[in-house]
Amino acid sequence: MIQIFRKEFNAFFNSLTGYAVITFFLVVTGMFMWIFRDTGIIYTPFASLDPFFEFVPVVLLFLVPAITMKSFSEEFQNGTIELLATKPIHSYQIILGKFIANALLVIMAIVPTLLYYFTIYQLSDPPGNVDHGAIIGSYIGLVLLAVTFTSIGIFASSLSDHQISGFLLSVLFIFIMHWGFYYASSTPFVPISIEITLQKWGMQYHYEQISKGFLDTKSSIYFITVAWLFLQMTVWVVQYRQK
Amino acid sequence: MIIDVKSLSKQYSGKTVVDELSFSSDRPEIIGLLGPNGAGKSTTMKMLTGYVRPSSGTATINGYDITSHPMEVKQSVGYLPESNPLYYNMYVREFLCFIASLYALSDVETKVEEAIVKVGLNSEAHKKIGNLSKGYKQRTGLAQVLLHDPSVLILDEATSGLDANQLHEIRELIKHLGKTKTILFSSHIMQEVEALCDRVIIIHQGRIIRDGSISVLKRIESQLRNLSLELLEPSKNIEAYKNLKAALAFDTDDFKNINISFKDSHDIRPEIFNTAVKNGDIVIKMELADQSIESVFQKLTKNT
Repeated sequence: MIQIFRKEFNAFFNSLTGYAVITFFLVVTGMFMWIFRDTGIIYTPFASLDPFFEFVPVVLLFLVPAITMKSFSEEFQNGTIELLATKPIHSYQIILGKFIANALLVIMAIVPTLLYYFTIYQLSDPPGNVDHGAIIGSYIGLVLLAVTFTSIGIFASSLSDHQISGFLLSVLFIFIMHWGFYYASSTPFVPISIEITLQKWGMQYHYEQISKGFLDTKSSIYFITVAWLFLQMTVWVVQYRQK
Repeated sequence: MIIDVKSLSKQYSGKTVVDELSFSSDRPEIIGLLGPNGAGKSTTMKMLTGYVRPSSGTATINGYDITSHPMEVKQSVGYLPESNPLYYNMYVREFLCFIASLYALSDVETKVEEAIVKVGLNSEAHKKIGNLSKGYKQRTGLAQVLLHDPSVLILDEATSGLDANQLHEIRELIKHLGKTKTILFSSHIMQEVEALCDRVIIIHQGRIIRDGSISVLKRIESQLRNLSLELLEPSKNIEAYKNLKAALAFDTDDFKNINISFKDSHDIRPEIFNTAVKNGDIVIKMELADQSIESVFQKLTKNT
């Protein structure tokens, strides 16, 4: 597993991919945070990172699939999956190695945004007058979200030989898993009695729960379960495609 | 037994691709798996390397069952897939070190250097795989197969698409390896197998139709010979040729150009000459077709 991880991770930084991902993420979130009037925190009287944590899932909706789209589709298209599958390693080791490499890259893009926390800390009056619990909780939620998005992206990538299909499927699945249940629950066809239950199926509900600042065990378990489920489905797809 | 294949079968959506294949080998040799495209050669190899699961039957490699002990099988087999898939964005040494790490080898760097020397990659080993010529890509593929010094090599169309010089060098390399390892080498080209292999297994529609040494196959070839006869005018008594005792097969479209097959043990030419004289036909050409192993192959695969 460690060998696959190392190979994947090195591939990100031997090409422009790794740098492009981190730059893209920081530039986009930076613009939302400091420049755009609607979301910029310097235009609000509150020392809070809430706007950042609200829009960041939208950035990840496109960024994560862009990272994960080639992880398996490229292996299938070039036939290199046959090379890996005939070596003495299990398919779950291949999948886990790829997953960890991809997830780590996403986390590496998130880490520099801790600078925003530091900035808010300094800007608040008096300095340090920020809701630390909420911010720490939100960061934990964000990491869990990013990791789960990555597992969905890896799964989508295993379904097709073409990177673009992998990307689009991934965006679709992430959208459904994060926002889909919330939007579905607010349609007129859904009885009010099951509205909350339906929302709980989606990631957005749990992301918000964790962001409130207390580490919600149920929500954490939810993310871990969803991530595991998609990785398990990837194992099945990869094994099935070998026939 | 190094390789022991027992009634190995594979069906894809109801269609039998490999049908009850059985063969074995207990010593270092080069076995040619020969058959037209789609005969089931690649599927057989994929099953033996654990990439594809057999529908029924099984095989053992070095005593390990391919279905119950796939990891041990993968450890003792070196497999070069048909399209020679490689990571084009990796450097040759980087790639070989990566593959070696998958086998959990100790002293990876020495083994990588040894493999590079064995396949003659020295001059290109510092390059990116994507920038190598086809011949060197093939050598890189062979190098990754040799890293863990397996006792069994499975090479699927390992020489396809190489130019004459590259072909010669790769063949020599495989021949050399065949002295110490059991090599299963597939090809749809007769000459390839003829040049390399000690033993040939001919596969057609998923079934073995011949398994023997090259010399045995040549004997089969020599048992039947073709003669092509050309007459000046269409023969008025074509039946006379057809009824020759030694003529096993007979074929003509215009009664002028006649193909006759006969057993090699009995030269049919004097009889044909006499028949022509009796009929008053003027023979302008009588030629024994120079049969290659190719024609045996064609005959064998056509008849089944």
